[in-house]
Amino acid sequence: MAAHISTLSLPRLLVAAKNASLHARWQGVAHSAVRYSTVPVPQEKTFDKILIANRGEIACRVMKTCRMMGIQTVAVHSDVDASAVHVKMADQAVCVGPAPTNQSYLNMDAIMEAVRSTGAQAVHPGYGFLSENKEFARRLAAEGVAFIGPDTHAIQAMGDKIESKLIAKAAQVNTIPGFDGVVETVEDAVRIALDIGYPVMIKASAGGGGKGMRIAWNEEETRDGFRFSTQEAASSFGDSRLLIEKFIDNPRHIEIQVLADKHGNALWLNERECSIQRRNQKVVEEAPSTFLDADTRRAMGEQAVQLAQAVQYSSAGTVEFLVDSHKNFYFLEMNTRLQVEHPITELITGLDLVQQMIRVAKGYPLLHKQEDIPINGWAIESRVYAEDPYKSFGLPSIGRLSQYQEPLNLSNVRVDSGISEGSDISIYYDPMISKLVTYGATRAEALSKMEDALDNYVIRGVTHNIPLLREIITHPRFISGDISTNFLPEVYPDGFNGHQLTAGGQRELLASAAALHVSAQLRAQTFLGTLRVSASSQERRRWDLCVELGGERHPVVVSRTGQTYTVEVGGESLVVSGEWDLASPLLPLKINNTPRMLQCLSRTASGDICLQYLGTSFKVRVLSPLAAELSSFMPEKVPEDTSSILRSPMPGSVVAVSVKPGDTVAEGQEICVIEAMKMQNSMTAAKTGKVKSVHCKAGETVGEGDLLVELE
Amino acid sequence: MAAFTVARSSSRLISGLRTSFGGLARVKHGVVAATASQVSLQQQCRRYAVGQLSVKERIDKKRQEALLGGGQPRIDAQHKKGKLTARERIELLLDPESFVEYDMFVEHRCSDFGMEQDRNKFPGDSVVTGQGRINGRLVYVFSQDFTVFGGSLSGAHAQKICKVMDQAMMVGAPVIGLNDSGGARIQEGVESLAGYADIFLRNVLASGVVPQISMIMGPCAGGAVYSPALTDFTFMVKDTSYLFITGPDVVKSVTNEDVTQEELGGAKTHTAVSGVAHYAFENDVDALLNLRDFFNFLPLSNQDAAPVMESHDPSDRLVPAMDTIVPSETTKAYDMLDIIHAIVDEKNFFEIMPSYAKNIVVGFARMDGRTVGIVGNQPKVASGCLDINSSVKGARFVRFCDAFNIPIITFVDVPGFLPGTAQEYGGIIRHGAKLLYAFAEATVPKITIITRKAYGGAYDVMSSKHLRGDVNYAWPSAEVAVMGAKGAVQIIFRGKDSQVEAEAEYVEKFANPFPAAVRGFVDDIIEPSTTRKRICRDLEVLASKKQVNPWKKHANMPL
Repeated sequence: MAAHISTLSLPRLLVAAKNASLHARWQGVAHSAVRYSTVPVPQEKTFDKILIANRGEIACRVMKTCRMMGIQTVAVHSDVDASAVHVKMADQAVCVGPAPTNQSYLNMDAIMEAVRSTGAQAVHPGYGFLSENKEFARRLAAEGVAFIGPDTHAIQAMGDKIESKLIAKAAQVNTIPGFDGVVETVEDAVRIALDIGYPVMIKASAGGGGKGMRIAWNEEETRDGFRFSTQEAASSFGDSRLLIEKFIDNPRHIEIQVLADKHGNALWLNERECSIQRRNQKVVEEAPSTFLDADTRRAMGEQAVQLAQAVQYSSAGTVEFLVDSHKNFYFLEMNTRLQVEHPITELITGLDLVQQMIRVAKGYPLLHKQEDIPINGWAIESRVYAEDPYKSFGLPSIGRLSQYQEPLNLSNVRVDSGISEGSDISIYYDPMISKLVTYGATRAEALSKMEDALDNYVIRGVTHNIPLLREIITHPRFISGDISTNFLPEVYPDGFNGHQLTAGGQRELLASAAALHVSAQLRAQTFLGTLRVSASSQERRRWDLCVELGGERHPVVVSRTGQTYTVEVGGESLVVSGEWDLASPLLPLKINNTPRMLQCLSRTASGDICLQYLGTSFKVRVLSPLAAELSSFMPEKVPEDTSSILRSPMPGSVVAVSVKPGDTVAEGQEICVIEAMKMQNSMTAAKTGKVKSVHCKAGETVGEGDLLVELE
Repeated sequence: MAAFTVARSSSRLISGLRTSFGGLARVKHGVVAATASQVSLQQQCRRYAVGQLSVKERIDKKRQEALLGGGQPRIDAQHKKGKLTARERIELLLDPESFVEYDMFVEHRCSDFGMEQDRNKFPGDSVVTGQGRINGRLVYVFSQDFTVFGGSLSGAHAQKICKVMDQAMMVGAPVIGLNDSGGARIQEGVESLAGYADIFLRNVLASGVVPQISMIMGPCAGGAVYSPALTDFTFMVKDTSYLFITGPDVVKSVTNEDVTQEELGGAKTHTAVSGVAHYAFENDVDALLNLRDFFNFLPLSNQDAAPVMESHDPSDRLVPAMDTIVPSETTKAYDMLDIIHAIVDEKNFFEIMPSYAKNIVVGFARMDGRTVGIVGNQPKVASGCLDINSSVKGARFVRFCDAFNIPIITFVDVPGFLPGTAQEYGGIIRHGAKLLYAFAEATVPKITIITRKAYGGAYDVMSSKHLRGDVNYAWPSAEVAVMGAKGAVQIIFRGKDSQVEAEAEYVEKFANPFPAAVRGFVDDIIEPSTTRKRICRDLEVLASKKQVNPWKKHANMPL
């Protein structure tokens, strides 16, 4: 602690003191996680002040390195982000507009003004927003402000998927067969698709991150896909141009991190395996890949460097490849920015990519040679999203983080986040909560650490995808490395349903719930101080209970000695011990001497307990045998018939409504389109019927569960 | 008493003889016509005669009968309706084996309309009474038995209830009534009415002495509704409980309105529209288990301090999220419940009347284990203004807390009283006065936190320093002023230009906690994240607070 503070200058020390809690957070990171290092090069003067034209975790990530390098930071923010973590972390902050991104984080005029008014010498764009916007880079250059990224030429060349493919071909990089031009109309799209042969991929020329991307297996899907992708591309990138190429079935998505300077030097920093995706968005990433051998790795790395050099690339960038089962690899695209998943590369190589980007932007040559780049150990990243994983592997959820605790007490865990307890996850921005990264000497070690980290991660107030993440990283196919970009739909063909309990797991869950219930009951009888009318406490040592789980009742017998409960359930006896801290969200238990981290999500007086066990939350009800017996007399409350009602599955805005009252719709027919987090989601009829009433219109904002359309 | 018993037993003998004439007099069960036939058990009872069975055997037999209430078919009918029996409810409410029953042998004394017949007598009559324990603490209970004459209230029924209430008063322990009654025992006429009045009187005398809770678990109609109305809390069970003065049939004949029981007096109506009931539970089991939990918040009587339980939540816990919860735009809403949940022990907040007058939030929680009453303006609903309903809701809650030594914590974000003809014609002046009165009169520890707006008269009302608030805090976002800047400037600079500048000046001067702080009207301006810690520390100090209002027969609060 003392050593850390001594490296801070006085003004920074004041900032640190002002944000004591924040400071503690970063301390935590510094102690537990750093496998990469920001080694300042004292004789190298870079910038005095950098503006970070981004928000959330990436803004915080960049600021962290800036601090270590002794660079002042300027945050920009929208109205609603005024008290966001990245704003508090920065030395200076400027509001650049209202919540919608096109009026704030994409508002170049306002951001340029912020650069001028704060005197920032350089701008780090993070990812997304203006990171790959050549116009922004050009305007900065015109004012003599350094853009921490490649120059406009490279952004332009690689930002356009059509042009980039041509350049890649010329640079002798393997490319996917497809049409090297802009697709103008739906009819063009259908014709070209036929030429290439189905399946085809329709994607935004300007895009990235899975937005504006559709796969089509036939003509009808091509038409739909063209329409959706055009709209999404227009709303996400302000550029609706599309291209079409051969879709490679069952591929792996493996990308190479490159780092180049302005002196013609370029390095490849090994690969990242990003095959676990849903709707073309990455969910779990790891470095290195289990699939690549040294030769393929080198071949891919060398092609990536060739491409970078072909466009005089400088700064950090990523060359994405699709790799088929025979280890043939095809160039997909090059991202001319820092990637979301850059931390795993940092952990295995020890380099701080942000620091390198800043150095390169100032014009310094690379410090490393290709042979200096190691693969040390294994790193895995889980993208923790505010999403409901039970709906299409993740539909956005919004809300306020009523409780939030990152698992930074564990070693070899790095959490890159830009939120804290009390933060709002709003409909305006990406619903990512954090990037949870674990590291180990081996993949098994990193995976086991990831399990622990997910179990120790406390998130309340929004629905999150930890259940899905934990299932993925413990799935035998994932563990064996047998993955592809189709992993999720293949493993969960009927959608994700959470962890499926084994008989032993069920016993553990029932026993934990019963013991927790008894410990809460015992406390409810403990009154402190002297009572005028004495309380008659019964010294019970044994509790007969009935635990309901998934509609089934399980008789359970609990007996207690101190903090240890012996629970008889399903013909077995389990010993459950723990601290039984009823205020803590975490419930560290030992079940038959095996440590298990459970979380208590809720506990009511009527015996309902919601426990997170192995990532998934389970609802149980613990009752006395009497209450259980009498419960059977209680009437079932009839839930509303949902097949004739269409409710919004997530908060967002209505883009289009395709029906009106009186229309007859067929099952599966599109009723309306909801846009949330810049993704367009088509809402379809659950049954064939007549439209009774329409409760939404285009342009309206709707909340999760809002009634959209009623069928008769 | 002995003479009474003899007389009764002889009448039984006579009535026993009468039954030989056959079912001449078939008695309707209370006001709710029960159609199920008489129970075979009643006929079996005929087999014994005095002299053939020992007293011991007769006692056992009576007890057996009492336990079955109106008999198995009626119990089954009760279950079919999704309701539990009077005894099942008691068993679920109280600690196992803690129930001590009174008056199991009491029978009704009606001799008209064939009621005197043996088969129309049920040991214990239509109510089960006694005392027991909830989590070890004493409570008196009565539970009306719908299986006996539809739970109708006879003289004997009332007498049993009065007995437990009298004893509860003497001992100093709460009374819980589980209501499930068709109404008056019509066969008994005025005796039944007298019985109601006896209960009402005791409800009034016990008010403020011991907590009284009514759980409505079936019908409760006519004059009967006034007993729950006089108690401190009225809870209901969704879909199976009703409260009304007159039922849908009478309503139809008098006002020609078509209305269902549920619409007229169901749980939803009373928890959301009328404000008669304080909470609605899903079903009987849910209601009783939750009532056990609720009971733990209450002291046994006005002689006891608020209970203190073991808390696992550190009293000095900082809540960093509070520093950003109040939005920077003063017009933007936030949820006061977020503040309450974050600050109280273990996020455990029992909200009272959550669906009624939602612009004010009231309920019980614990701070460092000690029960506290929480009152908060809710900026999310109608900007958190005070109106008629929220004033009355708040006032009643504050008075309960004061009566039973429960410290009151008030979170203030109030833009003022709601303007308009509806409010003025409705009497906002006298209703608003109730909340003012309640806060001013309260002598329990009072801690107030101004989170944002505290405008106008509403500032005074909300447990201000001037009404003897013990500790009054302001968050840095607090604005204590007569009104918002815009309105104020329009008055001060009426007809003049430069209103924008004036507004800015007003904001600079008044839209912050300083004007109140320099005058000592708030004791400190605190970092929101330290609120929990500060409150816990203050409560510890204020635990020994003693404050006495001037002697009076009783005060004359504006009703």
